[in-house]
Amino acid sequence: MVIAIGGMPVRVNTTDASFLAMLERRYAGFLGEREVADAEYEFDVELTPPVFGSTPADVRVTYRPGRWLLTRGDFRAEWEPAARRGLIQQSANPYSIDAVLRIVHTLVLAGQGGFLLHSASAIRNGKAFLFAGVSGAGKTTISRLAPADVTLLTDEISYVRKRGDAYVAYGTPFTGELAKLGENTSAPLSALYLLSQGPENRIDRISAAEAGRELLANLLFFAEDEELVHRVFEAACNFVDRVPVYRLTFLPDARVWELIG
Amino acid sequence: MTVESVKMNKTMYVARSPRIAARMLGEEMLVMSAQESTLFTLNPTATILWQAADGATPLDEIVGRRICSEFEVPPEEAMRDAEALARDLANHGILLISEEPIPQPGFSPRQPAPQEAVKR
Repeated sequence: MVIAIGGMPVRVNTTDASFLAMLERRYAGFLGEREVADAEYEFDVELTPPVFGSTPADVRVTYRPGRWLLTRGDFRAEWEPAARRGLIQQSANPYSIDAVLRIVHTLVLAGQGGFLLHSASAIRNGKAFLFAGVSGAGKTTISRLAPADVTLLTDEISYVRKRGDAYVAYGTPFTGELAKLGENTSAPLSALYLLSQGPENRIDRISAAEAGRELLANLLFFAEDEELVHRVFEAACNFVDRVPVYRLTFLPDARVWELIG
Repeated sequence: MTVESVKMNKTMYVARSPRIAARMLGEEMLVMSAQESTLFTLNPTATILWQAADGATPLDEIVGRRICSEFEVPPEEAMRDAEALARDLANHGILLISEEPIPQPGFSPRQPAPQEAVKR
């Protein structure tokens, strides 16, 4: 099967029919053509017995010559970017491969000036908007309040690619409390809003440095690798140089969307 | 050379660590330690010191030319504060300090840094 997130098709090979069916349900709306020949990356999944009673440890992403090693309590994966192939060892659950895919996407995007961000995102009037914040800042709330003319891309993890001097936001299947997959579509990015709940709905511009700090604080980034840290830092700085960043203070009611779009 | 090995009152040279990423955003300098993924925001004095830290210019010269004139502070006080600041930044891995000029990639001792390196 091919899982295409952010316009990047990743082929996943498994011989287990029930696991395949599980993945088809998990990534419904983000599945590419089964026979697509130009999948950018390919992973074989080797299913292992589930480990009961253990809690997933912190994720570790390290680079060895020619390959990335991705480990967490519930999976171990290797990925050779040059060969475009990898191996995932995990039990038959959708959460482990979800984490592996997120990590692989962050690594690929870092080399292209893009990133995954802890934020909701949506399209209105052909323009995409990001709503970033830590857990509890209101990502799910603002997603839930979105009016009918808004296309929700995600309520939890946004996908941002750099296209020339501009940025494009893509829908993702990575969900938060809303538990609703985003739409598999994209639009040019118009603004990043940093969420803050308060006594009124208002938008305030913030300094470039504050925007940079907040963006970096909300980026998904896993790798213990100096070169990649440089790339991610540059990507964040380039982003705030080009995309307006605002503080969006909002009441938890639908009128906040009168300020968006 | 370690931070502690550069004693007070000796000529101190300072250089930007190659293991960091830095960018001026608006009027603030953001510096990220590539080793620890830790983000720092430099204040105006630290930014001047950072920008002038070419490994070839002694700290007292940086203080005299850049900091005293900018902040109207007595030279002795400025030098004392600058040394403390340099050691603090060195402890965070942001600056390198030494009693000798510190070779930098693409830099020759006593040559001014190229403009693009100073004005990032």
